[in-house]
Amino acid sequence: MLRRLGSGALAIIGVSILTFAFLHVVPGDPIDHLAGGEATPETRAKLEACLGLDQEIPQQLVTFLGHVVDGSLGHQCPDPEAKPTVAARIFAVLPHTLALALAGMILAALVAIPLGVLAAVKRGTWIDTAVTIGSLAGVAIPMMVLASLLVLVFSADLAWLPGPTELGPAALILPAIAVGTHLMAMLARMTRGAMLDVLGEDYVRTARAKGVPERRVLFVHALRNALLPVITVAGLQFGSLLSGAIIVEKVFARPGVGTTLLDAIAERDYPVVQGTVLVIAVTYVLVNIAVDVAYGLIDPRIRVS
Amino acid sequence: MTLAARVGAAMLVVFVVLGVLGPIVAPYDPSHVELAQRFAPASWSHWLGTDSSGIDTLSQLLWGARSALEISCSVVAISASIGLLLGTLAGWFGRWVDELVMRAVDILMAFPGILLNIAIVATVRRPGLGVVIAALCANGWVSYARVARGQVLGLRERDYITAALALGASNRRIMLHHLVPNLLGPVFVQMTLGFGAVIAIEASLSFLGLGPQVDYTWGAMLAQGTSFLWKPGFAHYVLVPGLAIAWVTVAVNLLGDGLRDRLDPRVAGSQRARL
Repeated sequence: MLRRLGSGALAIIGVSILTFAFLHVVPGDPIDHLAGGEATPETRAKLEACLGLDQEIPQQLVTFLGHVVDGSLGHQCPDPEAKPTVAARIFAVLPHTLALALAGMILAALVAIPLGVLAAVKRGTWIDTAVTIGSLAGVAIPMMVLASLLVLVFSADLAWLPGPTELGPAALILPAIAVGTHLMAMLARMTRGAMLDVLGEDYVRTARAKGVPERRVLFVHALRNALLPVITVAGLQFGSLLSGAIIVEKVFARPGVGTTLLDAIAERDYPVVQGTVLVIAVTYVLVNIAVDVAYGLIDPRIRVS
Repeated sequence: MTLAARVGAAMLVVFVVLGVLGPIVAPYDPSHVELAQRFAPASWSHWLGTDSSGIDTLSQLLWGARSALEISCSVVAISASIGLLLGTLAGWFGRWVDELVMRAVDILMAFPGILLNIAIVATVRRPGLGVVIAALCANGWVSYARVARGQVLGLRERDYITAALALGASNRRIMLHHLVPNLLGPVFVQMTLGFGAVIAIEASLSFLGLGPQVDYTWGAMLAQGTSFLWKPGFAHYVLVPGLAIAWVTVAVNLLGDGLRDRLDPRVAGSQRARL
């Protein structure tokens, strides 16, 4: 447990330093990248001072880590006084992204687990084949294609659901499908495999032999055990949903961490880029630790050492 | 090999052949702008129609196959080499070498999905092919290193390694002659899957406007296609490159699963169904 927290903390420190390093690893003058070649000397000097690039690199790193520790993540450039801190900008939109990722995950689990169980029980039938092919398609379709087609069909053509730029619970449905489909496909395959494994176990045979109704065998004896690894993987995939949200938020023009990241890249506001990258990575690390700990609590056979 | 794996292999061969021959057989130059032919529908002269500048879509697709092949081959080759090296060193020497490599892996894995790639590419104004390849390799090696390390940890307890040590084999000899040959199977499975993943990531980066600023990639076609998706009858500008990417992804998944069953000794018996 402590060890897990320790390696998590180490990862967060490493992520902070690496995020800081990106700007300096790239060959050439970072100001050239950020301000553009045609910028006037005044613009360049202002940006350089705002980013703190006029200081020595160790000093810059200390400043950056200081901003991480005090929670402000620095200020937005090139007008630090006119705008709120980087953290304020990110945390204002973070709930939208978390809601999207969570909705995608819940949707994926709700659809994938029943389908996976069904495919395992009806092994070798057309249902099994359909689930297998469906999950392959779900893995293969690029997320931006899926998102665009969802908008085109369900929002533009059929007008069943709200499309881009809208907010609210109904407007979350299409983005959640777009962001959750990959995970859904993965979980359906995993559930099927795990169920097939468990159904071959001795205790399932015992349950059947002593006359437990098939329904009870499936849902109480088998599914409970099969679900443990599936739920863990679902939890650990939260990061892929956060990263997928960057694409889906762009297609749906939703406010969120992804949109903020892309805007900041376009504005060349590097502190905001660093801040968003850091927030997403740290969120991911924390969720992973939570999943590990929860897994240990649910399954007494596994203890997080 | 299962039927699914054969189908996957055949699909992958089609992609590779088109990637190699594509620019030669493409009917037009993909920089051949013909404004009079803007948004032309499919016809004998333009099988898949033309785009907003009158550029032949089929030719773009074929040239795109070439860049997809170039990017994925480079990234997979570089990532797999780095991963194999670091993973083998970590697994064999253990202790601080292992600790160092695995902490680096932990940190890189803390960036979910394409986040790290975005963060790297974002520091460059106009990323070329090289920058994108470097950005993809920056965390691409991690999966290979984990596979290699896991294998080595299992192999190092084997009798034939003990025998080699007893005969006075050097670390270098054991790694190169006794460990690496046994790692190639699982690493090859990983390479197959990586091939598709790289193409998907490049497409995502291009879609976000952060892709390589080279002439034609499927991701760039996709990005252009989504910008006029809202006009009726324009969905094929998204579907054509989208299906091309899906084609490669399906191919590597089918082939990868088949190869894993055959080459990966970790997947034995009942575990096969799960993966």
